[in-house]
Amino acid sequence: MELVAEFLHAIPYDQILIQTLNGIVAGMILALVASGLTLIFGIMDVVNFAHGELFMLGAYVGVIIIAATGNFWLALIVATLIVAVLGAALQITTLRPLLGRDPLTTILATFGLSLVLQNYALWQFGPVARKIQEPFTGSFSIFYLQYPWYRVLIAALSAAIIGGFWLFLKHGTYGIWIRATTQDRVMAQAMGIPVPWVHTAAFAIGAGMAAASGVLFAPLVGVTHAMGLDWVLKAFIVVVVGGMGNLGGSIAASIFISLLESYASIWLDPAQAVIVSFVVLILTLLFRPTGLFVPTPK
Amino acid sequence: MSKGTDRLYWAGFSLILALLIVAPLVLPEFWQRFVTEILIWGLLAMSSDILIGYTGMVSFGHSAFFGLGMYGAAAALISVKPPNIWLALGYGLIGSAGVALFVAYFSTRLRDIYFAITTLIFSQIFYVIIFTWTEVTGGENGLTFSRPALAIPGLFSLPFTPDTLHWFVLGVVTASYLMLRRITQSPFGMVLQSIRENEARTRAIGYAVERYKMVAVMLSGLFAGLAGVLYAVQNRFAAPDFVYFLVSGETVIFNVMGGIGTLVGPIAGAAFYLLLREAFSRFLTEYYLIPVGIIFIAMIIFVPQGLLGFLRRRLNQ
Amino acid sequence: MKPADGNTAPLVHVEDIDTYYGKSHILHGVSLEVGRGEVVGLLGRNGVGKSTTLKTIMGLVSPRRGKVIYEGRVVTGLPAHRLARIGIAYVPEDRRIFRLLTVMENLRTGFDRRGVSEARRQELLAKVFGYFPVLAERRNQAGGTLSGGEQQMLAIARAMMLEPKIILLDEPTEGLMPRMISQIREIIEVLHREGVAILLVEQNVPLTLAASQRVYIMEKGTVRHHCPSSELKVNDAVIHQYLGV
Repeated sequence: MELVAEFLHAIPYDQILIQTLNGIVAGMILALVASGLTLIFGIMDVVNFAHGELFMLGAYVGVIIIAATGNFWLALIVATLIVAVLGAALQITTLRPLLGRDPLTTILATFGLSLVLQNYALWQFGPVARKIQEPFTGSFSIFYLQYPWYRVLIAALSAAIIGGFWLFLKHGTYGIWIRATTQDRVMAQAMGIPVPWVHTAAFAIGAGMAAASGVLFAPLVGVTHAMGLDWVLKAFIVVVVGGMGNLGGSIAASIFISLLESYASIWLDPAQAVIVSFVVLILTLLFRPTGLFVPTPK
Repeated sequence: MSKGTDRLYWAGFSLILALLIVAPLVLPEFWQRFVTEILIWGLLAMSSDILIGYTGMVSFGHSAFFGLGMYGAAAALISVKPPNIWLALGYGLIGSAGVALFVAYFSTRLRDIYFAITTLIFSQIFYVIIFTWTEVTGGENGLTFSRPALAIPGLFSLPFTPDTLHWFVLGVVTASYLMLRRITQSPFGMVLQSIRENEARTRAIGYAVERYKMVAVMLSGLFAGLAGVLYAVQNRFAAPDFVYFLVSGETVIFNVMGGIGTLVGPIAGAAFYLLLREAFSRFLTEYYLIPVGIIFIAMIIFVPQGLLGFLRRRLNQ
Repeated sequence: MKPADGNTAPLVHVEDIDTYYGKSHILHGVSLEVGRGEVVGLLGRNGVGKSTTLKTIMGLVSPRRGKVIYEGRVVTGLPAHRLARIGIAYVPEDRRIFRLLTVMENLRTGFDRRGVSEARRQELLAKVFGYFPVLAERRNQAGGTLSGGEQQMLAIARAMMLEPKIILLDEPTEGLMPRMISQIREIIEVLHREGVAILLVEQNVPLTLAASQRVYIMEKGTVRHHCPSSELKVNDAVIHQYLGV
């Protein structure tokens, strides 16, 4: 009885609470990044290694706009648009020529892009991390703890963007075009849907989503040229665990993994907490290779 | 290969070998080390070609095999005095074999992109373990140790000079190449290529595809680990950077630039990449990866078969 | 041989095409014609290249040699989505409706085009629902939940939404029950009356002979025989030779 009481006493409730919130916030950002990756993979079978760099460039553009105008929201919108256009340009120049070739070539091409973009950022912005100020400070009280409003905003905005995207897919001509192209590229073409442009648009949307995540996340960490690497790895894990091409699954997986990692970081060093996501991946591959959040195939 | 091409091949091979043997005697020290490093990276790239070029399995995890070979050798060279090169080889190969076994298991259950991503994540797992387990692996700073002598205990001991080390590396890499060439041209190698072309059909004919794949991964991992041991011996340090997935990525770049499925292609690819990097870094200091990356992408689009890809058919008959 | 109606220029003219899948040489110098509003049959055993011919016309596969001419214009090599927009529609073997889209969304892929007014869209929908009341009932159901016959109807309806001048129909009656088969027969009739040309690939010989004005018979990647349908009977020697039942 005493042991139980001691055990219950030893549980760091406040840390668990904070980490739950942190996990959800990180999970929503990861979900936003992973959604873009899933969209791109689902529609054109491209594993976009450069996705983390699009995230990073979004953050940097955000830094520049804020430095110039002081307005965070403007930075968010402009960064998203600029990176979306950049994404379209990259897709047209480097990925369109590779259409129909071995999927290995697109992985390599996007890997090459990630090297170029990363080093470009290093060249332009230098190795020192930049900081962005949160658009507003202030925390709210939950039980007897303080939790920053801004973090809640990140989660809410990410959810809003994903929700908006989902609505766009479900209604409207272009949403139908994207869904049709994802399901059957050939018949979509036969129905008059301009598939090459749908691919470009999808890549641009994915890039924009990554950029938005970058700007939203930037105030929490320093913006550096290497910040995309961790995200892209986690996003890949999420996409596999959530079920390749499954939007709902990757959102659930994002939150699941982020929560586990946040809890783990109570006891482990953050560099080690990362192993959690790896372990989840391995277990998923061993037991439910089509995805944890996908109904088991018959 | 036909008699004519056969002779041409061996002539070319001997010529290049002769050049490499003479290299340390004529080149300034920096370039001599450079050539030795090309050989080591070339060995790594060649090992990866077994999977990518011959079996059709893209691996982004070769840095794990390489890294564990390197750290295994480090373990031997640090824990046993006097440092013994054979022990280093042994430990290194066991280390990389262990990883290879792990990866081999998953290789049979995963296809294509899933396999590629998973190998990448595995190499990151090892990176994180090595990076954070500071007590054993030296963490961020890695391990330093002294170079062993080329010795057979009780018989002789010859400390390495840069020249003799180069010849040792050349010897190991050449022997590896010849071994791998033998293997890829054997019936086993033919089955691997058949798996690359059409896995379902190969299975339908009656081959235990899973077993072949596992052996391919083990083979690939062992030679990659060997490269890691050589690197450790040459540079006398082991660092987590070499287990980072960037190294895996570069390995794949060597393969693609040089031409997969040729064994020599990846070595040429490694040489090409390292030379480019050296050239650009003289003009652009740290940002050499920008033009190198652009060239890489351009090669994928316009020269997908790689520099030596045209030799592929000839070399694999 | 002139097409059935008075207009002598064919709508679609396939001239001497050679098509390959990788290294396999599938079509060897195939030539055929479909006139405006004509129903033309394309018969032959499995694997002789009938579907490949349709796919070549649709721009889904590029021929290595030869031309596809549509309304007097050379369209070889144009991507399928352009051809769909200028009046060529394709209903593939195994239907290939978008399984995760609803019936309505499937139809929308056809009529959500520039230049189609809302009024016209409603007209098209009303027409198609008139011919296929089942689709009207199931309009909000996912395509994948429909039966085989219903999916076939959806595939044809979807093609009709493009307001095409010619529909390439690949084995529409395959795997269907007799009742459905006669429905297909009726639809072909209706389309013909509306002036839509049809290139009909089929294994069902009686249906083809009854529905079309002319037939081509293919064997091993080339056209072996060509005549008005009226000249052939179901148990004709020619039929036995090339379709050997």
